Amino acid sequence: MSPPGATAPQPPPPSPRPASPPAQATASGALPELAAVFWRPRVSDRSLRRTGRLWTLFTVGQTAPFVLGAAVLAWLRPVLAPVSVILLVHAWAIPELYAARGAGVVRRARHRDHPAEPVALGLLGDLIDHYARELHSRTRLVLERGRLGIWLVGEAGALLIRPGGRRVHCYCVRVPDPQLPPSDRTAHLLLALRTDETGFATVANLAFSGARWRLRRRLPSDRREALDAAGRARAG
Amino acid sequence: MSRLVRMDQTGHTTVAEWTAEDPVSVEAAVGAFRAQLDRGYYAVVSRGEGCAEQVRELPLDAQLVILRRPIAGG
Repeated sequence: MSPPGATAPQPPPPSPRPASPPAQATASGALPELAAVFWRPRVSDRSLRRTGRLWTLFTVGQTAPFVLGAAVLAWLRPVLAPVSVILLVHAWAIPELYAARGAGVVRRARHRDHPAEPVALGLLGDLIDHYARELHSRTRLVLERGRLGIWLVGEAGALLIRPGGRRVHCYCVRVPDPQLPPSDRTAHLLLALRTDETGFATVANLAFSGARWRLRRRLPSDRREALDAAGRARAG
Repeated sequence: MSRLVRMDQTGHTTVAEWTAEDPVSVEAAVGAFRAQLDRGYYAVVSRGEGCAEQVRELPLDAQLVILRRPIAGG
């Protein structure tokens, strides 16, 4: 595979987005699905930053004891070095498993050969611009700029690349209708996202929040291309 | 010609078509729109790049109104 950016067209510069709407306008345009998760506070830029920090703290809290234990064992009894290695492998595996769970939200569709997929693809194509259409044809993910960051919308989940490009939030969200073709699923999520971005992030279940590089390693090559494109779009 | 489209297992289905100058087609479209909302669909109108609006009344000036199912956390 050629390096990202070598063959892929450069994304257009970010279009100017209006400032955040006043609270009243947001409330009137709220996703009706929010009623099903009434106990969740609405996601905001601030809450996403806090969530990111909590994820990092939580991960450190889980891995640090293994690293500490490995160091103590190796210091006390060098003969126990193999045990220390096992502990270090555990410490390495924990965040990797979380990242794998995050990557799972943009997994491949199980019904790629749905007979209605070409029709659904046509409708989805009408909703997005040329660049996003081209990227979707290769990666099956739709790149969408939002106020919270750059989104990559798939059939059963979405990735949010936060401003700065270092942290990604992985959301599991879907249309509970098994009959829909894959592109219709993506279109459903895309329209909900465009209607109410913070509401969309509130309704969706957070599967992972962490470093982009860590998530990237767990993604299939085509999805990596989309993640790289999102990084370039952020930079652009 | 404006269209009311429902995303479903066929990809999408055109539920109604209307022109603002034709009251008969408008009436039929409004009836079909309400029937779809009663079935649990949400209606969305694209409002330019990256923006969409959920509507509860059929916007007669819109070129395309899309009906979608509710989403949920996975």
